[in-house]
Amino acid sequence: MPLLENGHVTEDRWAQATAGEALPDGAVIVPLERLEEGLARPKAAPLGVAIGPDVDVAVLRPALPRLALVAVNFPTFRDGRAFTQARALREHLSFTGEIRATGTPLPDQYEFLLRCGVTTVQTDRAEDVAVWQQAHEIISIAYQPSVLHERPQGLGLRRFLGK
Amino acid sequence: MSTDTVTRPVGRYAYDEVDRTFVSQRVAQFREQVGRRVAGDLTEDEFKPLRLMNGLYLQLHAYMLRVAVPYGMMGSDQMRELAHIARTYDRDYGHFTTRQNIQFNWIRLEDTPDILERLAGVNMHAIQTSGNCIRNVTCDEFAGAAADELLDPRIHAEILRQWSTLHPEFSFLPRKFKIAISGSPHDRVAARFHDIGLVAHPGPDGRPVFDVFVGGGLGRTPIIGVKLRDNLPEEDLLAYLEAVVRVYNAYGRRDNMYKARIKILVQALGVEQFREKVDAEFAQMNRADYRLEPAIVEGIRARFGIPDLDAPADAAQKLEADRKADARFDRWVRTNTHTHRHEGFISAVVSIKPDGGIPGDVTADQMDLIADLADAFSFGEIRVTHMQNVVLGHVRKDRLRDLWLRLDGAGLGTPNIGLVGDIIACPGLDYCALANARSIPIAQKLSARFANPELQENIGNLRINISGCINACGHHHAGHIGILGVDKRGEEFFQLTLGGSAENDVAIGQIIGPALPEDETVDAIARLIDTYLVLRHEGEAFIETYRRLGAASFKDAVYAPA
Ligand code: HEM
Ligand code: SF4
Repeated sequence: MPLLENGHVTEDRWAQATAGEALPDGAVIVPLERLEEGLARPKAAPLGVAIGPDVDVAVLRPALPRLALVAVNFPTFRDGRAFTQARALREHLSFTGEIRATGTPLPDQYEFLLRCGVTTVQTDRAEDVAVWQQAHEIISIAYQPSVLHERPQGLGLRRFLGK
Repeated sequence: MSTDTVTRPVGRYAYDEVDRTFVSQRVAQFREQVGRRVAGDLTEDEFKPLRLMNGLYLQLHAYMLRVAVPYGMMGSDQMRELAHIARTYDRDYGHFTTRQNIQFNWIRLEDTPDILERLAGVNMHAIQTSGNCIRNVTCDEFAGAAADELLDPRIHAEILRQWSTLHPEFSFLPRKFKIAISGSPHDRVAARFHDIGLVAHPGPDGRPVFDVFVGGGLGRTPIIGVKLRDNLPEEDLLAYLEAVVRVYNAYGRRDNMYKARIKILVQALGVEQFREKVDAEFAQMNRADYRLEPAIVEGIRARFGIPDLDAPADAAQKLEADRKADARFDRWVRTNTHTHRHEGFISAVVSIKPDGGIPGDVTADQMDLIADLADAFSFGEIRVTHMQNVVLGHVRKDRLRDLWLRLDGAGLGTPNIGLVGDIIACPGLDYCALANARSIPIAQKLSARFANPELQENIGNLRINISGCINACGHHHAGHIGILGVDKRGEEFFQLTLGGSAENDVAIGQIIGPALPEDETVDAIARLIDTYLVLRHEGEAFIETYRRLGAASFKDAVYAPA
């Protein structure tokens, strides 16, 4: 499954923990149930955690300093809980690592994902990168602040998106 | 934008280049999406969420486009464009809904990008008229005009419109989310039947504060909203709403769409626990990021045009004389006007419920006429009401009769506001894919049956609401008399509820007995009303008599044939 960053396909250097198998040595994303196990590994090995949409991200607070990645999940594009999770990770927990969206978000949700703090998207739909890219560029104005702290436009809460 | 010195449109927010760019980008985006659909690159399944985000439904016979009228306010230029759309792309009419939107029922998919482009040309759109997002924010139809108003809610309604527009976190909520805002102690927005209802008033230092109601709604589980907070300071308005919607987004049910509304969450947690969660979120937010500074509010306020109210000293006397001279006009003034804060002015309600007509339906020609009359009599400003009528907000009293003559001549002078004929009805089985029964014919028959204006006025204040299915779009739970269409083995039946209200005396109507077949429903309601006329005390409205005597006294009338 391709990985998108800023509208471009990028290489995935993370391995997923495989159920029933020992954790590999390098960068690995563990499910929340195996977080303890992951944290017990040598400190140098990059660690990520994948959480379901029903998880209160506050439970990650003690582990966050050791985490380089949190994967949030969209079981369907309709399930928008991960937007709140991503935003809370950035805003309440000041997490600065990678937030990866998994599952089946729509390309048309790309701007929302980015504005809530998601940095990478891993999705089946990424095969059509052009559509994601376009979704990212088509709207240049927003009407509310976001975790990206975009440049204010002047009137009200409006923001200019992009550079 | 110093070049932007044109006169502001009265009663609504003036778009600037940035707002216009935003809307046209959305049109371009949708044109591209429709293109992909028409070319077969998108399946209907994939396309559905995209079209819904632009207000485009697929109904029984055709696509339906729901156009937003933010807080019910529009200008004559916008109304004329809607007339043009009705004429060019629909069958010559449109339909005003209870959520201050207008729907077109016979739209072709291929035409939709062009329609949206035309709308964009007059600073209108269909964004968030559908989907599980924060929908069109509704507000008092007499906002900025009513004598009883404490605070003009439109400025904050516009701020909420902007804040909620493509909100990154709240565009995929468990379910649609509706916010209403009022600035009057008399609830004309059904604040307690909304996901969030806001009642604004001046605080101790004169700055606006808000009472926040949450968890109200109709649908298959009607629930009256509860007070979550008193006196929320203006600067915390957005932060607090963010907190409420975040809690809903995180904890609202998604496993069952019928249990996904915030009302179910509030009931499941209990108000105390829900409030704790909201307060906890509110407490940990970086409130500075969300602070609604007075400068922002004033900046938005400055983009609203205000009417230059100036009436001759004898305007009120002239109206009195006109009323004395013409009994029909006098009656219309009694039923179809509302007291204005300026003594020389009055608000006029144009009934979109002609005798025997379809509630809320307007023809293209009527739209054009309303636009002309708005220009001639009310600063070009038009309001759509949640009762499916139209208001001209600021009419000079000495010119009211001229306005009435023109309305009356065009069949828009029906004197029935607040009376039996002022029925709310959903589209029902004539258009709606979810319906169990037709709502429109019952509305038409009732309205024809009670066409006599003297009879209507004698019966007095009475709210009849009709829904074609349990979703309750026609607010039947909130009607003094509610009518709900149900399907029994392929036949249309109608369930009656009594005693509902969406105003300050808010209540959910009670079912009084078995559903009635179509051909008995109108007669049963007529008997119900006759019973009321016999039982009422002097000056007592239907709802008061009902509350005094209870359902039993009316049950016999409904089920015992005369
Ligand atoms: C014709 C297309 C329409 C469809 C498919 C539709 C669908 C629905 C559905 C599914 C619900 C239940 C929502 C829930 O409880 O979660 C609902 C509620 C509602 N609809 Fe509609 N509707 C339509 C038209 C209308 C119209 C024309 C109006 C206004 C006249 C309207 C106003 C409402 C209102 C006020 C509610 C109750 C909302 C609440 O519980 O807070 N709808 N509609
Ligand atoms: S109440 Fe039912 S029939 Fe009427 S518009 Fe709503 S969904 Fe359709």
